[in-house]
Parts: sequence; C-alpha cells; structure tokens
Amino acid sequence: MTEIRIDRNLCNGCGQCIEACPFGAIRLDSEDRAEILDNCTFCCSCVDACPQNAIEIEADPVVKTVNLEDYSGIWVFAEHKDGQLRQVVYELLGEARKLAEDHHIPRVTAFLVGSDAKTFAPLLIGYGADRVLSVPLIAEHDGNEEAVCAAAAPIISKYHPEIILIGATAFGRSCAPRLASRLKTGLTADCTALAIDKESGLLRQTRPAFGGNLMATIICPNHRPQMATVRPHVFKPAAFDGKRQGEVLTEEISPLQHLAVRLLKTIKNPEGAINISDAEIIVTAGKGMGGAKNIPLVEELAALLGGAVGSTRPLVDAGIMPYNKQIGQTGKTVGPKIYLACGVSGAIQHLAGMSSAETIIAINNDPDAPIFSIAHYGIVADAPDTVRELIALLK
Amino acid sequence: MMKIIVCTKQVPATNEVKMDPVTNTIIREGVEAICNPFDTYAVEEALRIKEKQGAHITAISMGIPTVAPMLKEVVALGVDEAVLLTDRKFAGADTLATAYTLAKGIGKIGDFDLVICGKQATDGDTAQVGPSLAETLSIPHLTDVGEIKELNSKTIVCRRMTDDGYDELEMDLPCLITVTKEINTPRLPSILGIKKAQKYKVHKFNANICEENDIHIGLSGSPTQVVKTFIPTSAVECQFLKIKALADKLRELSNIEEEGN
Ligand SMILES: Cc1cc2nc3c(=O)[nH]c(=O)nc-3n(C[C@H](O)[C@H](O)[C@H](O)COP(=O)(O)OP(=O)(O)OC[C@H]3O[C@@H](n4cnc5c(N)ncnc54)[C@H](O)[C@@H]3O)c2cc1C
Ligand SMILES: Nc1ncnc2c1ncn2[C@@H]1O[C@H](COP(=O)(O)O)[C@@H](O)[C@H]1O
Repeated sequence: MTEIRIDRNLCNGCGQCIEACPFGAIRLDSEDRAEILDNCTFCCSCVDACPQNAIEIEADPVVKTVNLEDYSGIWVFAEHKDGQLRQVVYELLGEARKLAEDHHIPRVTAFLVGSDAKTFAPLLIGYGADRVLSVPLIAEHDGNEEAVCAAAAPIISKYHPEIILIGATAFGRSCAPRLASRLKTGLTADCTALAIDKESGLLRQTRPAFGGNLMATIICPNHRPQMATVRPHVFKPAAFDGKRQGEVLTEEISPLQHLAVRLLKTIKNPEGAINISDAEIIVTAGKGMGGAKNIPLVEELAALLGGAVGSTRPLVDAGIMPYNKQIGQTGKTVGPKIYLACGVSGAIQHLAGMSSAETIIAINNDPDAPIFSIAHYGIVADAPDTVRELIALLK
Repeated sequence: MMKIIVCTKQVPATNEVKMDPVTNTIIREGVEAICNPFDTYAVEEALRIKEKQGAHITAISMGIPTVAPMLKEVVALGVDEAVLLTDRKFAGADTLATAYTLAKGIGKIGDFDLVICGKQATDGDTAQVGPSLAETLSIPHLTDVGEIKELNSKTIVCRRMTDDGYDELEMDLPCLITVTKEINTPRLPSILGIKKAQKYKVHKFNANICEENDIHIGLSGSPTQVVKTFIPTSAVECQFLKIKALADKLRELSNIEEEGN
C-alpha cells in the first residue's frame, strides 16, 4: 500500500504544503507539524511544495503489465458522423504530427472504424496521417459504442500504439473510457495541452480540474497505450497537403451478432442551429439580458457573426433557453474562438465551461463583475442596448 | 422487483471555491462537501422509477469515512440501502481503479438491473467512471441520458444528448446510464425520511471485497498519475472598449476566422 509520510524532524510547520494541496487534505497538528488527512489522493503537490523536503511518498513497487518497448506510434481516432469526419480529428492530426516530428516518433496513424470509412483516407493523409488503418463495420453498427469498442480493442492490441488521441466529443467521451478499461490502461479526460517529456518519452497530458481553477498534468507511466481525450478547438489543424503520401490498410473483424444498444431514432437540432460544442463563435445570454423578450436579439447577433447561441443556467432553469445550450459545469464545455458574454456575471460554474475560449468579450453594466477578470475585451454598458447597437453596426 | 444501483460521490461544494486574489490559491476554508450535483439527478431518477413501478434502490459510494452522512441524506430521500466503500487501500484511485472498486462493491451487493451514475463528478469532471464501470461489469451503457422513455424488466428506452441533437436508443438490461440535469428536478427530503435516515446505519465495505493484495485498487491500480498541479495564470488584462471599437473588434475577429478556413 502506498504511504505518504511527514518527517517530523524536518517539518517546521511553515504550511506551504497546506496551500499547495488542491484537496484540503493537510492540516497542522497540535505540535504544529503537517498532518496528512484521509482524503489525500497522493497527487504529490505537497511533495514539490515543501521547502524542507519533509514529505515522502513511498509507493508500492510498480507491477509492469506490459513491455513498454513493444509500443510505438501515435494513433488518432478518426470519429465520423453522417459521412463526415469530425472537425476535432483534423486538430488531433495536426497536434499528433507536431509531437511525432519533435520527438522522432515513427508514424501517425488515423484509426477509422465504421462503414465506408476508407473513403476518408485521402483527407486524413492530407491532414497529416502517415497511415490510415480502417476497420469496416456494417452500417447499423456505426457510432455504436459497443460495436466500435469491440472492433477497436483487438486491433489496438494487435498493433500496440504508444499513444491514442480521441476527440472529447459526446461520442468520444462515451467510447474512450470503455475502450481504455477493456485495454486495462489509463485515460486522461478532456486534455487541453499535450507534450512529450524529453527524458522519459512519456506523454504529459494537461487538463483542467475543479471547474478550471486548477490544471493537472497527468502521465501514464507503466501502461500502454497512453490514452487521452482532447477538447475540440484546442489545437490547430495543419494545412491540407494533397501531395502527402500514406499507406492505407484494412483490418477485418467478425461483426457482433447482437447489439445490446439499438438506435431507434435521431433527432437533429433544427436546421441552421449551430451546435455549441463545435461552434467557433458563441454569443451567450445571461440574466442581464433581461429575459425571454430579448433572446431574439442574441440570436440575431449570433446569426450575423455566424455563431451559435449559448446560455447561463438561470435562463435554462427558468425555461427561457433549452438545456442543450447551457454552458458551464452542469452544462456543456465549449472552446470557441470568440465568446461574447452578454449580461453574464461570470460565476465559477459558468467559467468552468468556457474559460478555454480563445477571445472572451463581456458586456456587463457592473464594472466589478467577475467575468471581466477573464475577459480580453469588455464594455460596461446595458446588455440589451449594446447588443441592439452591435447588430446595427455590424449589419 | 427491479434492482437499481445509484453511484454517488462526495465532492467539494464548488460554488464556494474561491480564488484568493493575493496568493492565487484556492480558498479552502468553509468549503462544504456535498453530493455531486449530477448524482442527485441519478438518485431522483431511481426514486421516480421506484414510485412508478416498484424498485429496490441501493446507493453506493467510494470515499473516506466522512462520506457516510451524505449517504444518509440519500436514504432520507427514499433510497433503500446505502453502501460506503472505504479503506485506506482505495485511496489515490484514478477512474480505472474507481470503476474497478465500484464494480467489486456492486458484485458484493448482488444482482441488479440498472446502474445509474451522474454524467460527471464536479471535482474531476472526467465523466469516465460511468462507461468504465459498465465495461468492468460487462454490461452496455449510455451516457448523457436526459429522459427515460420506457423501462420494463428486459429493456430501457432512453433519450441521450448528442453534439448536434438527441438520439433515442433501446438497451438491454442489465445496463448502466449516466444522467444529465435535464432528466428531472431532485426532491427535498421529507420529515419522515429524515427520521428514518437518522436511525439508518450505512453499510461499510473495506478492501476485503477484493482479493488479498489486489493490485487493481487505489494508487497501485491507477495507470494515470498526477505529476503536477498548478493554478492557471490568467494573464489577461481586460481592455475596455467603446461600442464602435467593440463592433470593429468583432468584425476583425470573425473575419480573421473566415480567412483562416
Ligand atoms: C452546482 C452548481 C452548478 C452550476 N452549474 C452552472 C452551469 O453549468 N452553468 C451556469 O451558467 N451556471 C451554473 N450554475 C449557476 C451559477 O452559479 C450562476 O448562478 C449563474 O451562472 C449565473 O448566471 P448569470 O450570469 O446569467 O446570472 P447573474 O449571476 O444573475 O448575473 C447577471 C449579470 O448581468 C449583469 N446585468 C444585469 N443587468 C444588466 C444589464 N441591463 N446590462 C448588462 N448587464 C446586466 C449583472 O451585473 C450580473 O453580472 C451552477 C450553480 C451550482 C451551485
Ligand atoms: N468515488 C465514487 N463513488 C461513487 N460513485 C462515483 C465515484 N466516482 C465517480 N462516481 C460516479 O461516476 C460518475 C462520473 O464521475 P467522474 O468520472 O469522476 O466524472 C459520478 O457522477 C458518479 O455517479
């Protein structure tokens, strides 16, 4: 069993570990020495923070389950829907290329599972794949977690990639944990930065926790593949190069006989409504927009900018906006290029869903509203009026 | 009768997590621990099934001993039994080890038809434990369920949120779903419920539910390791603009984006 220990002779009660602990799991005991509480998760933040080197972690000997040398290459899971690759696939290929080139990783493979998948091969190669590996499914099995995992797992075990990147889409976030559990390896959710450690060669996966208040860098040292889901819009796709060459391979699997989950019907958002998880521009209405009567203003501005409409929670709770537009901790996480917050206070739970937006612009009549502390641009003014004027100016 | 397991996790009440502007650290004082908001929808959905067609509900949680009062709270709402998986050996678990431990606990509880999890826990925000638990239990799963349309002894029909709308799917039991806030509005406990819960003793399971020296639990069963945590530096200094300049900025930014495509 892993133990964490404080050397009472070295500890001088300075309390820096208490501040460093993201879990509130350290306090000073009656003799002013640090004491680790039960809710410690062994994250080791305190070990680095202690100026006295008084904190020691004693971990169990590592049980190596796989031979790490057998694993090589980066795979990108090429999710597709309705005959199109998801945007995040291009972003992942761009990032995978960079990692591969910087660290002499032999090859980037785009991994395609589904019917007609091979037709995407030229696109995937043009955007950075050295190899396209496709596993055909029958059409009814497309986009079904059970079928996709059943097809993917044996192929991954056969080729043993070192790293697998999966887009943190609704499907990716459902499929990836199932797949990682089947492969008995680690998975880091919703990463916003990736790097490869020069010395160890390990993938350093950075992700927000505690609603974005804290960033955590995570590694998967002894299991393979190292798997991560990655937030859309974080990385940039590489430019398309039609002259790139790549290999195209197909692996056959025997299809599942019976699916435990069956799709009955699909209900698409109304035509023209841009899905906020994919949107590059989002205009969000908060309580300061003044209620249902002004929502058409926000919709008009969003349409002018070619963006989607988002909402804070109070509007959803009041039935003014649908839940699928709620952004934040209990709603969706978005990462657009432009986030325009109209009458949004910037509560921490809201920030949790949008703080990774590239440019944040806030309209609020309160100059002390917390949203201004993360906004790049702001205007202290009435939100409905400002939106109205912006529409007039942009038309 | 249908047997339902609800997974509940205790998390810090993040609405009270504030950043200290001077030291740039999270202010911890007075941060209460609450039931993960998404799990309250999971509990409520189980209660609604119980009311409609009869069910036996067991809430399960892995955590430190002080999680027991949270489980009593769900008993006060009408949950039949509550199980706390607690042992120092479980500490440091990542999502794989958490799912494994929960699966062991569920195995000890016995047969079940439906497992309900929250969409995600608000401390780690991973949304991985649900699907991972389903895989460990070898049952199918659906995430982001916003409505149960039908439920009988063999199948469940659910509506789940996708990136661009909704899907309606049918799934064989036993199975696992993770639920979003869209699914219901959680109730408050009744006086009678609170009285019942006061007398209720939460079942506690320790690492004996696993084999001796089981390497799949706690830190040793966790492939992922946190190597660094840091407070994101928000170096942004908000630039205040007049309306004209704001319109120009918007035009410029959205145009840049168009050219970039
Ligand atoms: C567990 C939990 C989970 C939550 N999850 C979410 C979530 O996912 N998403 C979410 O959004 N919230 C969530 N919340 C709620 C969150 O704490 C805030 O209450 C919410 O985000 C506030 O929404 P708001 O900014 O629209 O409203 P308010 O906080 O009321 O802010 C309105 C703002 O508008 C400004 N204003 C008022 N009138 C005008 C005007 N005429 N012109 C310009 N500005 C004006 C005000 O100055 C104020 O800053 C959650 C809360 C909890 C406890
Ligand atoms: N320690 C735990 N005990 C019980 N349930 C948990 C635990 N951790 C996660 N869960 C369940 O899994 C869901 C997703 O959690 P997470 O993957 O941590 O975001 C939660 O909403 C809970 O239903």
